[in-house]
Amino acid sequence: MTRRARPSRAWHLLLVPPTVAPLLTPLYNRIEPTLWGLPFFYWYQLMCAVLAIVLIMIVHLATRDRRPGWR
Amino acid sequence: MAVTVFASLLGAMLLLGFAAARWRRPESIHTLEEWGVGGRAFGNWVTWFLLGGTMYTAYTFVAVPALTYGVGAVGWFAVPFAIITTPLAFVFTARIWSVAHRHGFLTPGEFAGARFGSPGLGALVALTGIVATMPYVAVQLLALQAVLRTVGVTGEWPLLAAVGVVSLSTFRSGLRAPALLSIAKDVLLAWVVVSALLVVTMSSGWDAIFRRAEGWFATTPSPGDGLLLPDAGQLGFVTLVIGSVLSVFAYPHAVTGMLAAKDRATVRRNIAAAPVYCLVLGLMGLLGFFALAEGIRPIDGDLNTVMPRMFQQLFPAWSAGIAYAALAVAALIPAAVMSISAANAFTRSIYRTYLRPDAPPAEEARVSRWTSLVVKFGAVAFIVLLRPSYAVDLQLIGGVVILQTIPAVFLGLLTAWFDRRALIAGLGTGLAVGVALLWDVQQVGAGGRVVKAHFGGSSMPLGDTGATVYVGLVALAVNLLVVTVLTLLLRLLRVPRGRDATSPADYTADADDPMIKRLDEILDGLPARPGGAHAAVSRSGR
Repeated sequence: MTRRARPSRAWHLLLVPPTVAPLLTPLYNRIEPTLWGLPFFYWYQLMCAVLAIVLIMIVHLATRDRRPGWR
Repeated sequence: MAVTVFASLLGAMLLLGFAAARWRRPESIHTLEEWGVGGRAFGNWVTWFLLGGTMYTAYTFVAVPALTYGVGAVGWFAVPFAIITTPLAFVFTARIWSVAHRHGFLTPGEFAGARFGSPGLGALVALTGIVATMPYVAVQLLALQAVLRTVGVTGEWPLLAAVGVVSLSTFRSGLRAPALLSIAKDVLLAWVVVSALLVVTMSSGWDAIFRRAEGWFATTPSPGDGLLLPDAGQLGFVTLVIGSVLSVFAYPHAVTGMLAAKDRATVRRNIAAAPVYCLVLGLMGLLGFFALAEGIRPIDGDLNTVMPRMFQQLFPAWSAGIAYAALAVAALIPAAVMSISAANAFTRSIYRTYLRPDAPPAEEARVSRWTSLVVKFGAVAFIVLLRPSYAVDLQLIGGVVILQTIPAVFLGLLTAWFDRRALIAGLGTGLAVGVALLWDVQQVGAGGRVVKAHFGGSSMPLGDTGATVYVGLVALAVNLLVVTVLTLLLRLLRVPRGRDATSPADYTADADDPMIKRLDEILDGLPARPGGAHAAVSRSGR
């Protein structure tokens, strides 16, 4: 990837899935398939949390100011 | 054994709170910048723990399992709520941090006042925040009381003693006390999570747990409970999640921890990692089903005691002691942060605006200190003098009430288009509608019998469809409608709009911004200007 002078705002689109996914109750309001005995309703949302971590990290890394010595 | 471990851990924690005043000791702790937001100098780790300490409270760790224990899937709403909060916070909290840093804001009320050129609006937002926060502190203390009850300590004095000691340490150390305590709390909490996982693994496994829980829900007469949402309950669930997410951006205490971060990157990095807390929260929610399957019964029907009871019956005594201590400290930290934030809201938006406009920083800090005591002991008085259930009712109302400040404090981050008079009118209408609708909500028990005629919950029925919707969002919709229509009218009548004291660049400013003087002062060791690092900037901004 080429180094951008100015971080692109388009990266923020990646924040949409973790915002919307937990609201789609008709999609995940069911028992099957289960994972480790957990109904789908529960493990789907735990996966949403994992998805949120990954996507927000990507957005953070892609849009942060690359300045030396930010500490 | 459990009591000994609990008492000594709690004692050690409270000593830590006192020591916090010496931790990274500033020149003077007698300014609101130092006392109220820790000098805005917290780094990555401290911010991370403080965020967890403030948002993931004992009320969550006690009430979420209690809810899944009681009603199943609906009680799990806290998990999607927590997940959705993070991507939004990633964008908006960074904006809040920047504008607050540049203008020296400590609370949402100050921001609203400056953004829309209306100290009156700022004071109303602050007042709404204080009214909504008080019962929130009270429900934290109820969670603490549930722990104390399980340990076997009854009566009011232990609660008073715990609150007394925490109040003193907050009075002395300000935000540093809860920040340091949250680190210790998360260590204890990690222990609780690991041992809970062990206990569940050694039991029958999730398969059997959910089967047994399902069997239990099938025997209850209530149609609303179960492992899944009832079909008619989905709208209520989603609106409750959305309402809760928005309220995070309106409660004064929610931003306090983030404002204490030292730069924008710290804020963003922390929020990126925050969903880890969602996983812990999810696990706690699942423990509610575990408690159900294991046949744990609450003390005197108080569902808040389900979690402490579970630790008592399934953990070895010493480990249960650690768990009690974790829950107790998890109650005291947010209580401390909330009282600090409510106090700051009073000091900045009401005291300094209306009572003593030229109050020096030392006086601000003094007023905040005493106000934080009033907030905490006010919350204790709620529990001790009134019936504890009133505190829960008020917390319910508080959640709806705080949402009415969303147009000013949250949408205000994006636009200054709204007119200040329209915002005040909308706030008033939203409050009236919200409380009126809540008054009408009945709690219906088995066989359609009305258990509670008023304030029976926060979901109102939608006609005869059986579907429900969260009252807070309905009131917010009315509020927004009023704000929009009135603003349009005022614009048509060419009434001049309020002066926006912020500029677009303020929302992306970082700590090394030339407008922000405090970093140079710390690095170069220059004496802080009289009036504190931000006073000159924020006064000129008013």
